[in-house]
Amino acid sequence: MTRLLPPLLLTTLLLAAWEIACRTLGVPPWFLPPPSAVAVALVDRAPVLAASAAATFWMAMQALFVAGVLGGGLALAVSLSRPAEQAVRPLAVALQVTPVVAIAPLVLIWTGLDHADRAVVVLAATVAFFPLFSGVLAGLKAADPDLERLFDLYRATPLQRLLRLRLPAALPFMLEGLRVASGLAVIGAVVAEFVSGSGATQGLAWRLLEAGNRLRTADMLAALALLMVMGLTLNALVSALEGVARRFR
Amino acid sequence: MAEPTAALSGVVVRYPGRPPLGPVDLSILPGEIVALVGASGAGKSTILRLLAGLEQPSEGRTACAAGAGRTGFVFQAPTLMPWADARTNVALPLELAGLAPAEARRRADEALRAVGLGDRLTAHPRQLSGGMAMRVSLARALVTEPDLLLLDEPFAALDSITRRGLIEDLHRLWAARTPRPAIVFVTHDVEEAVYLAGRAMVLDAATGRIATERASPGALPRPARWRMDEGYRSAVEDLARALADAMTAPSREVA
Repeated sequence: MTRLLPPLLLTTLLLAAWEIACRTLGVPPWFLPPPSAVAVALVDRAPVLAASAAATFWMAMQALFVAGVLGGGLALAVSLSRPAEQAVRPLAVALQVTPVVAIAPLVLIWTGLDHADRAVVVLAATVAFFPLFSGVLAGLKAADPDLERLFDLYRATPLQRLLRLRLPAALPFMLEGLRVASGLAVIGAVVAEFVSGSGATQGLAWRLLEAGNRLRTADMLAALALLMVMGLTLNALVSALEGVARRFR
Repeated sequence: MAEPTAALSGVVVRYPGRPPLGPVDLSILPGEIVALVGASGAGKSTILRLLAGLEQPSEGRTACAAGAGRTGFVFQAPTLMPWADARTNVALPLELAGLAPAEARRRADEALRAVGLGDRLTAHPRQLSGGMAMRVSLARALVTEPDLLLLDEPFAALDSITRRGLIEDLHRLWAARTPRPAIVFVTHDVEEAVYLAGRAMVLDAATGRIATERASPGALPRPARWRMDEGYRSAVEDLARALADAMTAPSREVA
């Protein structure tokens, strides 16, 4: 509880300053509504916003799953052979440095223009892929070299080595990859929604666009607040996983 | 003469950008304790890894009569799996060999009790002191009842009291086993070499060869008070001089 107090206090302070500033300076609400107006928008639009948040969250989770299976699986396969790693790594890096906005229109064409939600999942998975791939790969190679020698000495099979040495040693790296990837998956989903545009998906990004076009700034901020909460929740989930994992170490 | 437990004959190891190690000839007899002393970078650890079959020579032959999985290795650091408790760490070699987990655990507990850690069976490595972690490592090396036990400066990072305790324990464990395992250990410490080993080999860093060999007097295991003995002191002096010679002598042979 004492750990939560300082950030709560600061947030409250900032919100209060914002509220007071809006009221005393008479800022027009289409430019910057006070937090109270955002809170009202959050309550008023709750059913719509919640459904949209759930849609975005679900797409991000699907993307995270796909990226985890592909990135983790590829890292596992590649960790078995040095030439394979050398062959794959530049491609993975190329995928990482390509801006998701730039490939979005292409993916939209490939997945079918009337399946924008699929495009969102593919694009979010694309940005979440690299941290998972690179985290798992780094982790699998992070085992103590003397422990590797010990497994050589006792003639461990490749499967024994993987299960009893490399995967446990890789766990912290995987979780760190997951932390980065989960944030990126949400960002990727939102960016992809923006690109696919005009109601093709019903996620939070669409709510942002829609409210922006009508100059309903409070609604925009409400959607933004939900995105923020989503990111924080994902981060907290990964932290909880790390806590569980640490108990086994 | 009995067949050696492990032997290197005409072994040369070439490294990129460094003078080669060897040729080295040595044989380790069943049940003897041999110390390998020499400056850093002389190739002591490489010789241990060759004996363990963890490294292959560029030239020459290595032979090891120890049965499959019957070579124990203790590294410079405890080298324990941080996510596993002491018992799981010690049971690892047995489980890798396909022993049933319950039986492996039973024997691991036994090995941990033998090194004086019967009350730390479920402790994790981070809950153990350096000396205790080293004992776990020793228990893991002994759990397969090895014919050959290889130790790579296992006590170097410990304080002198802990180190002495471990050396006494190693002697005791070695003497308690029939047949006694052969032990080869690497050390910088001539006193440790004289006290613990039956003979010491001095490795010359400049030539990459075994410069000389000194037998330690007296039967093994030795009583602790032997350290006060005149014979012990002169043996230490003698080995220290041999080591100093090996470290200063110019390359005697042109390769």
